[in-house]
Amino acid sequence: MNLVRRAPELLVPALLILGTALLGLAVSSYLQAYFLDTLVKVSIVVALYLFIGNSGVLSFGHISFVALGAWTAGVLTVPEDQKRVVMPGLAHFLVTTNVGNIVSLALAAALGGAFAFAVALPLMRLSGLAAGIATFAVLEITNNMLTYEQRIGPGLNAFSSVPSTTGIWQAAIGALICVVLAYAYQRTRFGRMLRATREDPAAAAATGISIYRQRLLAFTLSGALAGFAGGLYVHLQPLQAGGLHLDLTFITLAMVVVGGAGSLLGAVVGAIALNGIYSFFQAATNGVDVFGWNLTVPSGTAEIVLGVLMVVVLILRPDGITGGREFSLPRRRPVADLEKARATT
Amino acid sequence: MILAFLNLTWPTFASGLALGGVYALMAVGIGLVFGVLRLVNFAYGQLIMAGAFALAFGSQWGFPNWASILFCFGVVLALSVLMDWLVFRPLRGHSPAVMLVATFAVAFLLQNIALLAFGPLGKSAGALAILNAPWDIGGVFIKKIAVISVVTAAGCLLILQLLLTRTPLGLHMRAAAMDFRTARLLGVRANRVISGAVIISGLFAAVSAVMLSVQELTVVPTFGTQDTILVLAGVVLGGLTRPVAATLGGFSIGFANGILGGVLPADQSQYLPSLLFAMVIIVLLVRPDGLFTRGGSAVERV
Repeated sequence: MNLVRRAPELLVPALLILGTALLGLAVSSYLQAYFLDTLVKVSIVVALYLFIGNSGVLSFGHISFVALGAWTAGVLTVPEDQKRVVMPGLAHFLVTTNVGNIVSLALAAALGGAFAFAVALPLMRLSGLAAGIATFAVLEITNNMLTYEQRIGPGLNAFSSVPSTTGIWQAAIGALICVVLAYAYQRTRFGRMLRATREDPAAAAATGISIYRQRLLAFTLSGALAGFAGGLYVHLQPLQAGGLHLDLTFITLAMVVVGGAGSLLGAVVGAIALNGIYSFFQAATNGVDVFGWNLTVPSGTAEIVLGVLMVVVLILRPDGITGGREFSLPRRRPVADLEKARATT
Repeated sequence: MILAFLNLTWPTFASGLALGGVYALMAVGIGLVFGVLRLVNFAYGQLIMAGAFALAFGSQWGFPNWASILFCFGVVLALSVLMDWLVFRPLRGHSPAVMLVATFAVAFLLQNIALLAFGPLGKSAGALAILNAPWDIGGVFIKKIAVISVVTAAGCLLILQLLLTRTPLGLHMRAAAMDFRTARLLGVRANRVISGAVIISGLFAAVSAVMLSVQELTVVPTFGTQDTILVLAGVVLGGLTRPVAATLGGFSIGFANGILGGVLPADQSQYLPSLLFAMVIIVLLVRPDGLFTRGGSAVERV
């Protein structure tokens, strides 16, 4: 019974992802790029949600794990003869190491998780603004290193020649993996304990929950998913270190917050809705037809629309579109019935 | 002797002091608004960016320098009051996380508006470039702007200190920063105090815009963003809950930035941000409540 009532919590986000994938199959290959991008964003946002949503602590540092995952998967899959062209400064052992698509994604997740664990060990002792600034510092350091360290990647150049294996199915399955893992985590006792610390840290600590350990676990898991999503991303399009910095941090945070940081459904809805709007305005820079009316906007409009939308949602609905609730079917027993039942006993 | 060993020269030291002075002003600007609104204004850098663009346009339109600077002050003040009205005011009472993300959104929005309006290449703000010429002080050549920055920053901070300690508005601001509700109950007018903080914070942003644009020469839409991130780190490092501590934190990180920028060998200077932010993390881990704070809970915030 409980299972039936709980099922939509996972099924609805999964169906949203499948729906996006099927729509992506139906449209032209030019438009399909936007659907692929949306599915990868869903993976990143769900990774971000796993930590921010369950712990209630903001992190500005997750794009570092996405970037590290992208670098891992990218460096290990560029064909060996191309490596000397794309990445002339690459360390020798990286030039000679090559792995397949799936292994590269697994390694991206592993390295993302390991990096997140290493970062979280000291940083999860902090809270509030100090924690926010520290995660920001991690983002800045990672970006600075990836931009200038040519031994581990292309440096300032774009990551070209990575096999584009992230087609619609890989993107959809990747996003589904992230959603299933995030849902599984939040249903375990660890997820519940972390949510308890979010609602009332003092009370949670009083019941014997170690806030530090629960945050550490969630941060590591979410870093692993972020690394995995980064792997998917680099197999989709040639990335640049500059594109994995403040703008992506802002856009993904906006998706979590606008969707509703408190629920998995919020993360998925936020990612699909905002990326849909963003893609629409990006496509509109080349002109789109809206009910027979041609709309052309200057480039940069997409970012402005997103910014305005985020401010407005934060002011009007600080808990996001979903209000931080999971999807649930309407109750079969209305409140009036319940009260009647209570009155008779 | 030690200076020579560290490859540190007087001009480097002076530019460290100058950057420290500007960052201290920005730190106070951010700290004042935090004191009364409990809001960390991420969009502070975009106020500075707007001011720098105003300067650049002023010189392009052939304004005399004083008029450009006045124009810069006007634009920054108008923008900060507008930001308060449109965003901060409706957000009052929301959780700090929501407010932080909202100012993050405003920063992103303003940056992209600038990108749309002025393009990614930006404008040159050359009118005040003469201030980069050096002064001969006892055989040591120090850029005029370095001296001017230090003097201006010290002057601004002194005036603010007098305002906070010697005027009714200052008293109200300090009271509001300590306990907003109690202060209101005792007759402090909330809106006036908040407007006061926003305006002073805007004035400091305008001063910082003038100083920074002399040093950077080209104004791009991301102007001031990196500086704001560093100042925010500095403010938290120093201790956001005390004004002097926040100012010192801002000064320290600016000073470290200026000195390291001059001392690092050319082939390693691109790693300057990594070095600075690594230092930020280490300090935060050792002193999470701030470098310049003492223990105790009842502290004044402005």
